[in-house]
Amino acid sequence: MLFDTKNPVRILGLAVLLSVAMISAAHAEDDDDDKRGAPAMNTQWKTECGACHVAFPPRLLPAESWRAVMSGLDKHFGSDASLDPAAAAEIRAYLEKNAGSGKYAAAGKPILRITETRWFKREHDEVPARTWNNPKVKSAANCAACHTQAEAGNYSEHNIRIPK
Amino acid sequence: MIRLFHVLVLVFVAVAGLTSLSAAAQTPDDVLTALKTEAKASTTGFQGFSAQRGERFFKQTHGNELSCASCHTENPAASGKHAKTAKIIKPLAPASNPERFTDSAKVEKWFKRNCNDVLDRVCTPQEKGDVLTYLLTVKS
Repeated sequence: MLFDTKNPVRILGLAVLLSVAMISAAHAEDDDDDKRGAPAMNTQWKTECGACHVAFPPRLLPAESWRAVMSGLDKHFGSDASLDPAAAAEIRAYLEKNAGSGKYAAAGKPILRITETRWFKREHDEVPARTWNNPKVKSAANCAACHTQAEAGNYSEHNIRIPK
Repeated sequence: MIRLFHVLVLVFVAVAGLTSLSAAAQTPDDVLTALKTEAKASTTGFQGFSAQRGERFFKQTHGNELSCASCHTENPAASGKHAKTAKIIKPLAPASNPERFTDSAKVEKWFKRNCNDVLDRVCTPQEKGDVLTYLLTVKS
């Protein structure tokens, strides 16, 4: 009885301590004020990345993944997506500054495809194979097929319409 | 240090932006004239551009899976679709889309990328000029 009541308290205390530590670690990493709230917009990113696919929000991959993506634009998933050095430098800086942390971050080798992150797989595990194979969807990179507001950077569940 | 880097990037981008602004005020004919100058300089016995040759080049594959028409469709006056991502591509023919071929930097960027995807090499000024000559004959 004594242990039963004490243990949960200890666990709760430890949890609170851990949360505080994690929050302060996140704050320490994050010295830029404009990183909070609505994500910053970048016209080059929107135009260049959005030319062939939805301009994927920087938060969906960690910084090391974006660095790897930006280092191989001449062979970008089978297409030449090379950019002039000025545009590439600006987009790289924007992606790294606003890159994901926490649940979007990956350990080990940088993941290049958003669809291969654990987070993406978990969020989409209810989507049946026939939806992925639907010609109206065509590719898992085609966020806007179901996320009707993807162009505006809004991936909220309220705006999902799965094509029939 | 990081701040200084950011400032430098911003200055660089601003300068590049201004330069591209001045380059943006072009017409498809300006782009074609520039290609002709390049072709004359690089092709021995250059005899001008041909819309017919451009159309053939546009519609055929060149050893790879994709042709220009794979994404831009056989009708450059219509909207196309990216072969992989299915993103809509606005019409390529200036008659349907007046924004096309009005920015030489953009023209160069896309010829470089797409020729690499379709031919595994850059296109010659002759090939680019033929294609643009063809696209200028396409009516909306």
